[in-house]
Amino acid sequence: MNDFIGRYVLRPEIGSIVSLVAVIAFFVIVGGASASQLLGAASWINFAANLGIVALPVGLLMVAGEMDISIGAMIPAGSMTVAIVSGYFGMPILVGILCALGLGVLVGLLNGILAVRTSVPSLIITLGSLVAMQGVVLGGSVLITGGAGVTLEPAPWAKFLFGQLIGGSFQVIIFWWLALTAVFWFFVHRTPWGNWIFAMGGDKVSARNAGIPTDRLTITLFVLSAVCASFVGMCQAIAFNSAQVSGGMSYIFNAIVAVVVGGVLLTGGFGSVLGIFFGTITFAVVSQGIYFTDIDRNWSNLIIGAVLLLAVLMNNSFRKMALSYAPRRKART
Amino acid sequence: MAAPILELENVDKSFGPIDVLHNISLKVHGGEVLCLLGDNGAGKSTLIKTLCGVHKPTRGTVKMDGKPVVFDNPKQAADMGVATVHQFGGTFPLMSIGRSFFVGVEPVKKFGPFKVYDRATANRIAVEAVQSFGITRIDDGDRLIGGLSGGERQSLAIARAVHFGARVLILDEPTAALGVKQASHVLRIVLESRKRGLAVIFITHNVMHAMAVGDHYGVLIKGALAADFRKGEKSREELTDLMAGGEALADLGAEVEGYMETHDGHAPPPQH
Repeated sequence: MNDFIGRYVLRPEIGSIVSLVAVIAFFVIVGGASASQLLGAASWINFAANLGIVALPVGLLMVAGEMDISIGAMIPAGSMTVAIVSGYFGMPILVGILCALGLGVLVGLLNGILAVRTSVPSLIITLGSLVAMQGVVLGGSVLITGGAGVTLEPAPWAKFLFGQLIGGSFQVIIFWWLALTAVFWFFVHRTPWGNWIFAMGGDKVSARNAGIPTDRLTITLFVLSAVCASFVGMCQAIAFNSAQVSGGMSYIFNAIVAVVVGGVLLTGGFGSVLGIFFGTITFAVVSQGIYFTDIDRNWSNLIIGAVLLLAVLMNNSFRKMALSYAPRRKART
Repeated sequence: MAAPILELENVDKSFGPIDVLHNISLKVHGGEVLCLLGDNGAGKSTLIKTLCGVHKPTRGTVKMDGKPVVFDNPKQAADMGVATVHQFGGTFPLMSIGRSFFVGVEPVKKFGPFKVYDRATANRIAVEAVQSFGITRIDDGDRLIGGLSGGERQSLAIARAVHFGARVLILDEPTAALGVKQASHVLRIVLESRKRGLAVIFITHNVMHAMAVGDHYGVLIKGALAADFRKGEKSREELTDLMAGGEALADLGAEVEGYMETHDGHAPPPQH
């Protein structure tokens, strides 16, 4: 039993799973929601998928001891790029998709290189690139198209892959989210690269002395988060056949809340992909599931705040327990 | 006698106009413990950093096996067998024993087209390595480093260095933050490393610990090697006095007591 607790219960994701169960129980028992309706609702699943794709790389950056808030500008940047290139200029959709993802690579490289070359905290660096990219997106789209919104007629294959609604309400991006979660899980928890990320977040100098290419890894993670953000924006533009320069800012805090609820330590070195996954679901259920209850939706932020605090406190005590956990000593002979 | 594994010859180190180390010469052979003693600010840290590749000497040479070498960075020094273990073990508190033991050189096994981290092997080797140093309390490689005692962390870090082929072990105040019992664990590991033929450079300001394991002693005062002698050549009192910069600590005690008697039990103000 003791071994069971140590191996399966004291893990980074346990806090988020407990919070998720608690939130669902609260909505069903106090809010009078129907459990089957709540769990099968497209609204929170779509919300979780869009948020989850951004939360995964942001969470990994946090595990590595860095932070990226420029995602808030990269989401509209991704959707505007694909809409301007393929909608306004009428280029093939593939070119638009590559341009959107390429922009992500570019901004990610810029963030990453600045983060490793200067000693400025990455929060400040990406705050700068967040604001700068907002300017680029708004200024660029007004300069090119004369407006702040562009329509897009994606080719059927692109619509099928990135923008279709399955069963009339489930966005296909859900499958991208699940697949990306599996890929991230594999690389983080089953390959040496994951170990390097944890080591970097634990102690960057020791990690570098141990021969880990910390600079390259940091830059890669920044590229990953910018590309994932512009991927989400691109999918939204293809799904809704249009793109706006605004929107995306709410993703910054939402992603951070999801990641922290998911058990990632803000100062780095601890966390898990499953935790980020369940943290995202918890956040999505709290913010969208309230519509299925009798609770006035104006209270939803209060619940989000309470869940965040509870989850963080829980994560703290679970982490302490994990630290002091030792398997039962075998009787000395 | 064979050439010393690591040797410093007339090494100076200055940062701009500030001289930190003057004309340091020392050598350490395999199977020998060199204790470096010195008060805070005597230049111990700078000397360690020069030995392990963080700093390059301003003048003078570092030799390994009698041949001059230049370490560009700590990684290069480690690759050549000079391993440094810092006061708190330099490890990652929230990682498991197996994972942190193999950080940067993770064992992998084939999984289809992928190479995946081999947790079972990593845990087994890490636990075996540290147990071979007599720390049998560590028996589960999945435990987190942060759950180990300070002495266990030090032991793990030393076992790790030895496992990865260290020939020179630089221990930076390994016993400073430890209790008596844990310090004795670490000292035992120092002796075990010596027995395995490693050259150990043991930095401390605890004379008792130095006397317990040292074969050879160097005392640093204001960046210069003030004394260099072998085991048994000086008594503990002499050693303590040397470290305090030549002032006899016994006299200091008497002086303080005298002051307190005449000043309502107040301790004397510090003198500079």
